[in-house]
Amino acid sequence: MTTLWLTILAVALANAAIKASGPVLVGGRELPPRANAVISLLAPALLAALVVTETFGEDGALVLDEKALGVGVAAVALLLRAPVLVAVFLAALTAALARAFS
Amino acid sequence: MSLTPRTEKKGERLGQRERYYAGARAALPFALATGVLGVSFGVLAGSLGWGALAAIVSSVVICSGSAQFAVAAVLGSGGGPFAAIVAAILLNARFGPMGVAIGPYLKGGPLRRALEGQTVLDASWALASRGGGRFDREFMIGATVPQVVAWLGGTAVGVLGGDFVGDPERLGLDAIFPAFFLVLLMEELRGGRSAITVALIATALALLLVPHVPPGVPVIAACAAALIGLRRTS
Repeated sequence: MTTLWLTILAVALANAAIKASGPVLVGGRELPPRANAVISLLAPALLAALVVTETFGEDGALVLDEKALGVGVAAVALLLRAPVLVAVFLAALTAALARAFS
Repeated sequence: MSLTPRTEKKGERLGQRERYYAGARAALPFALATGVLGVSFGVLAGSLGWGALAAIVSSVVICSGSAQFAVAAVLGSGGGPFAAIVAAILLNARFGPMGVAIGPYLKGGPLRRALEGQTVLDASWALASRGGGRFDREFMIGATVPQVVAWLGGTAVGVLGGDFVGDPERLGLDAIFPAFFLVLLMEELRGGRSAITVALIATALALLLVPHVPPGVPVIAACAAALIGLRRTS
């Protein structure tokens, strides 16, 4: 039990330190244009990687399962300009149906 | 004469407050997904024998789904505390570059910046991104509030009433989060060709790395895709 509490405490401190590091190091300074050019592309890079890892990543392996099917349906719905909540609802519905019938 | 600047200031403040609310409203769908995820975490922690107090305290002090799921997964599969801590750090290392990006838009001295930096969550950060590397500080902080409430509430519901909730996966709720990230990604892709190129490189990097490196590392490595921004200005 003590191990659990110490682990929680350590992760909390590490997490806070990581989140504080960027803002404290950068301060209020305007970043040079080259750094800004990289930073403006961080969002698409991070989001693409998060979509991949959350959709296909499972315990260090790539898996193609009902969840991926659901996210795929959401992608098609978004490309067809469906409203955001409809697309997300379709993702959950597809995954649920696929699991129910598999 | 002195009235004009004061009114302007008030208007400015009002605008600022409206941006907090706008952020909170924009984050409501994400808060729903976060709440569901919180319930799953609570159920998982409960099933691992954490006890309600440890589960809820971890959601208060860590307040990060990825890190907490990692800790639960590593400890739950018999791993040691050191492995759990390293896994959580790797998963959340992405908040380093995210903090650098939003840093210039936060306020105050080092301590206040450090505190404001704690409000960075994936969805808040992405929602507050205004393109060209600009960020809306108030919008981000506002967006974080409902997600934190949902995460804490979800954890409590999951760990205290897990038996009544059922299996979130059976309802397909685990597909909600990646679907939301996809929504945010598509918004970013309207930023132009370089955004699309970067997303494709990042996707390829993540797919290649997932089977070979610990979870979390693919996301950080994929940040390297943004380095093509250097080429653009050189």
